[in-house]
Amino acid sequence: MKSGDIGHLAVLVAFAFSLLSTIGFFIHTLYNPNEAFKKNENSWLSFARITYWVHTLGVFVIVGSLYFIIHQNQFEYHYAWSHSSSELPWYYKLSCFWEGQEGSFLLWICWHALLGIVLIRVNEFWEAPVMAVFMLVQTILISMIIGVEIPWIELKFGSSPFILLKDYLGDIPIYAKNPTWIPEDGTGLNPLLQNYWMVIHPPTLFLGFALTVVPFAYAVAGLWKSKLAEWVRPALPWSIAAAMVLGVGILMGGYWAYETLNFGGYWNWDPVENAVFVPWLVLVASLHAMISYKNSSVALHASFIAVLAMYFLIWYSTFLTRSGILGESSVHSFTDLGLSNQLGLGLILLGAVVIGLLVLRWKKIPSEDIESMSVFSREFWIFMGILVLSMSAFQVIFSTSIPVYNSFFKLVGFDFKMAPPPSQEVFYSNWQIWFGIGIATLSALGQFFWWKKMDPAKLWKALSIPLLLSVLVCSILLLLGILGWIEIRLDKFSYILLLLCSLFSIFANASIFFQVVKNNYRLTGGALAHMGVALMLIGILYSSGYSNVVSKNIFGLKFSENMSEQENSENILLYRNEPVGMDEFQLIYKGPRLEPLERSELIAKDDVIEMERPDMVLARTSIRLGGELAYRPGDSIRIHPENRYYEIQYTKSKGDTFALFPRIQQNKEMGTVASPDIKRFWSRDLYSHLSIVPLDESEKDWSPTKEYKVKQGDTVILNDYISVLEKLERIDQIPGIPLEETDISVKASVRVLGKNREYWLHPVFVIRTSQENIIGTLPDTEDELGLRVSLLNIDPVKEEFTLGVNTSQKDFVVMKVIEKPLVNLLWLGTLLLVLGFVMAMIRRYQEFKKMRDKKQEIQTTIA
Amino acid sequence: MKIPQLIGIVVIAVAIGIIISTTGNASTYVNFSAAEAMMKSGDDDKVHVVGHLKKENGQAFMMYNPVIDPNRFEFVLVDLENRPCNVVYRDAKPQDFEKSEQVVVIGTMKGNNVFEASEILMKCPSKYEEKKVDAAMR
Repeated sequence: MKSGDIGHLAVLVAFAFSLLSTIGFFIHTLYNPNEAFKKNENSWLSFARITYWVHTLGVFVIVGSLYFIIHQNQFEYHYAWSHSSSELPWYYKLSCFWEGQEGSFLLWICWHALLGIVLIRVNEFWEAPVMAVFMLVQTILISMIIGVEIPWIELKFGSSPFILLKDYLGDIPIYAKNPTWIPEDGTGLNPLLQNYWMVIHPPTLFLGFALTVVPFAYAVAGLWKSKLAEWVRPALPWSIAAAMVLGVGILMGGYWAYETLNFGGYWNWDPVENAVFVPWLVLVASLHAMISYKNSSVALHASFIAVLAMYFLIWYSTFLTRSGILGESSVHSFTDLGLSNQLGLGLILLGAVVIGLLVLRWKKIPSEDIESMSVFSREFWIFMGILVLSMSAFQVIFSTSIPVYNSFFKLVGFDFKMAPPPSQEVFYSNWQIWFGIGIATLSALGQFFWWKKMDPAKLWKALSIPLLLSVLVCSILLLLGILGWIEIRLDKFSYILLLLCSLFSIFANASIFFQVVKNNYRLTGGALAHMGVALMLIGILYSSGYSNVVSKNIFGLKFSENMSEQENSENILLYRNEPVGMDEFQLIYKGPRLEPLERSELIAKDDVIEMERPDMVLARTSIRLGGELAYRPGDSIRIHPENRYYEIQYTKSKGDTFALFPRIQQNKEMGTVASPDIKRFWSRDLYSHLSIVPLDESEKDWSPTKEYKVKQGDTVILNDYISVLEKLERIDQIPGIPLEETDISVKASVRVLGKNREYWLHPVFVIRTSQENIIGTLPDTEDELGLRVSLLNIDPVKEEFTLGVNTSQKDFVVMKVIEKPLVNLLWLGTLLLVLGFVMAMIRRYQEFKKMRDKKQEIQTTIA
Repeated sequence: MKIPQLIGIVVIAVAIGIIISTTGNASTYVNFSAAEAMMKSGDDDKVHVVGHLKKENGQAFMMYNPVIDPNRFEFVLVDLENRPCNVVYRDAKPQDFEKSEQVVVIGTMKGNNVFEASEILMKCPSKYEEKKVDAAMR
C-alpha cells in the first residue's frame, strides 16, 4: 500500500470516528440523567472516548504519511511536487508541510487532537458536553481535507492532500507518452518561507486557533446544559492560553515580515493580518469579561457574546483567507481550493447555532442590574475596556470586509465596485491610535479599583504618583525633543496623548506590581501583561509613527517642477565604491557577495569564477575568511545558488563602521525576492533593502568590441580610464580550465587607473597547438568600472598585442534605508505580555483544579 | 442622563463614525475613462484601476532607468476596456514587474493620459501569487 493511500484511508477513518465520537459525547450529554461524577459507568461515554482515540490515531497517521511523502521526495504526489523540492533540509520540509492549505488545516486538526486528550483528562462534569461541541468542530475541520466527491450532485467535500500529480494535472501530453511519469524534482518552497520563523510561526498560530475552540465549547456547553455561569471558571485558563499563543503567533508573523519582506515594517494592515488580529482583540475582550464575572458576578452576558463572537470571527478569518475572496487585496492569502462554499456554509451554520442558543437562554442568564454599576467600581472600567477592544475590532473588520461586500452584492446581481481605502496604514492608524489611547488608560485605571467601590480620596492617593510621574516623563521627552537633544520631536496631539497614557499605564501597573508582589507573586500576571501592552504601544508609536526613510532626498534636487512632494526619492543609487553621504552616514556599496554552503562568512563574487553549475564556483585568488586561508586559487566552492548578498558599508561621522548585507533571492518558480538586512541599535533599527535587482553579467548590455594594438608598456585610454599594458607572461594553469601540455597560454596584466584606486585586469590568451593552433581568449571583467578586456591576438614578430575592449554600465545598486526608532520596546513589551499571560493562566488553572478536586466543578461560588 | 445610556450613545456614535469613515475613505475600481472624468470634475480621490502591462512581440512598454532617476518608473497599462494609459510610479520598479499577469494601480489621473500611481499591486503567474509594492509605507 502506498503512503498516499494509507494517508487517505486515515483521513476517512479520522473523519468517521470523529463523527462517531461527536455522537457518543452528544448522546451521553443528552441522556445522562444524573450529572454526577460517576462517568466511567456510562457506556456511551466509553464509546465516545474509544472512538476519540481511534480518531486521534487516524490524525497522527495522516500527519505521518504526509510528512513521509514530503520527506521522501515522492513527487508523484501533487502536495510534495507543488510545495517541496529534494534539496531542502528537514526543517524546511516541515515548512513545506504547512505551506499549502491542506497542510495548514492538518496542523490545526492535529493540535485539536492533542488538546482533546487534555480536555478529557482534566474535566469531570464538563467532559461530555464540551467534547461534543469540540468534536463537532473537529469533524467539520477534517471534512475540509477529506477530498470526497459525491458524483450525482457534483458536490465536492474538502481538498485532499494525498491526490496524485497525475490526477491533478489531468490529460497533459506527457502522460500519453509515458503514463508512469514522475517529475524529477518538486517546484520548491517559496523562498520567502525558507526562514526559521516560518518553521515555528504557523504551528504557533494554529495552536492559538485550536485553543480558541475550548472556551467556545465551554460556553456552548454552558448554554446547552443551562450551567449558565459555571462554565466560566474552567474556560478562563484556556482563554488566557489562547490569547497568549495566538498573540505570540501573530507577532511572530509580524517579525517574520519585518525580517524577510521588503514592505518596510512588521505590520501592514493587510487583510490576512487583520483577519487574525480581530478575533484576538475580541478574545482579549472576552477574557476580561470572564475575569470580571469571576470576581464580582457581572458581565456574564458580555462573556457569552464575546466568547461566541470570538470563535465566529476565527472562522470568519479562515473564510476570508482561504476562500480566495480577498483576491487582489491581500498579499498572502491562499488561493481558492473550491472550499469557499463549504467554508461559507459552515460559517452561516455556526452563526445560526450560536445566535439560536444565545437567544434561547438569554433571559435565563443571571445578570446584575447594570444601573447599579458604579463609576467607582473596577467592573465599570473593565467593561469600558471590553467596549474599546470591541470597537477597535469592529473598525478593523468592517474595513477589511470590503471585498466580501462586493462579492455579496454580486450574488444579488448588483455590481458594487468598492475598493479598500488607499494608504491603508494611515486609514487604520488614525482610528486605532485612539483605541490604543483608550486601552492604555483603562489598563491603568481598572487596576486601581480593588474593591467593588472605592472612594475618591483613596483613589487619588493611589493614582497621584503614577499620574505625576507620567506627566513628568512625558514633558521631559517633549522638551528634549523641542530642544533638539533627542532626535524625535513628538508633533501630533494624538501621539503625545498615546505616549502619556502608555507611560501612565506603565507607572500605574508598576506600582500595583510592587504592592502585590510582596504578598503573592502569583497575582502579578495582570500588572505585567498591562505593562507589556503599554510598552508595545510606545514601541509601535515610535517605530511606526516616526519610521523614517533616511535614503530620502539626498540628491537635494527635484527632477521636475510638478512632481508631487515627498513620494519621489526614497531610493538611492550607489555606484560600486563611490561613497554617498546619507543622514549621518557615509554609504559605500562594496560589491556582490556569495554564500558558501560550508562557511558562515560571505565571499566576494569578484574572487571567484562562475561555472555552468549554479551551485558551484571556483576560487580565482586566495580567499581569506575569519583570518585564515579558506580557499586556494582553483578550489571549488559550493554555494547557495539562489542567494546574492550586496555589501553596503556604513561609516558614521565619528568613524564607526559596520556593514549590512541585504539579499536578493532568485527562484525559478517564484521569481525574485528582496530581503532586508537590519542593523540593530538599542534605540533603533536601521533597515535596508535593495529596491531593484542589479543586473547579472549575462544580462548586461556590452558595447561592441573596440580593438587596440599595443606594445608592452604602452598607455591607452579604455572607457575614459588611463590604462597601461604592464606585463605579459606564460602561465601553465588557469583555474577552472583544463590545459593540455602543449598549450601555450599567455596572461596579460593591464593596470587601469580608476577614480579612487587602480585596478588590475588579467585577460588570458591560449593557443592549442595540438588542434591546429585554435585560439582561445578568456576576457577579464571589472564590474566596478564596467570594463571588459580580452587579449585577442599576439603578433610575435612586431611584439604587438591586440586588446579587445567592451564597456558597459558601471556596477550599482538601488536601495531604500528606513529607520525604526525604539522598535525594541515592541519586542520587550511582547515578552512582558507573554510572561503576564503565563502567570495568569497558571493562577486560573489552579483555581479550577482546586474546585474540581473538591468535587465542586460546577459550583458557582467564588473561590 | 444616566451613565449606561450615555455609554450606549457613545458606542453607537463611534460605530456610525466607523461605518461612515470606511465608506467615505473606500476607493473604487474604475477604468481610465472614469478616472479621467473624475480629474476633469476636480475629484482627486484615489481610485483603483485594474489592467495589464502593454506588451508587443514580447517587448513590454515600460521605462526605468535608475542611473537617471531611481525613483521614477513609467509603463503603459491597458485597462479592462482595452484603453492604454501611461502610468507614472515615483518609486523603484517592482521586482518581476514584466512577468505580471494582472496589475492594479492605485492613484489619480494627472493629466493628458497620464495616471500617477502611489501603489501598485500585481498578480504574478508564479506560485506566490500576489505581490504588493507599497509606496505608502513610510
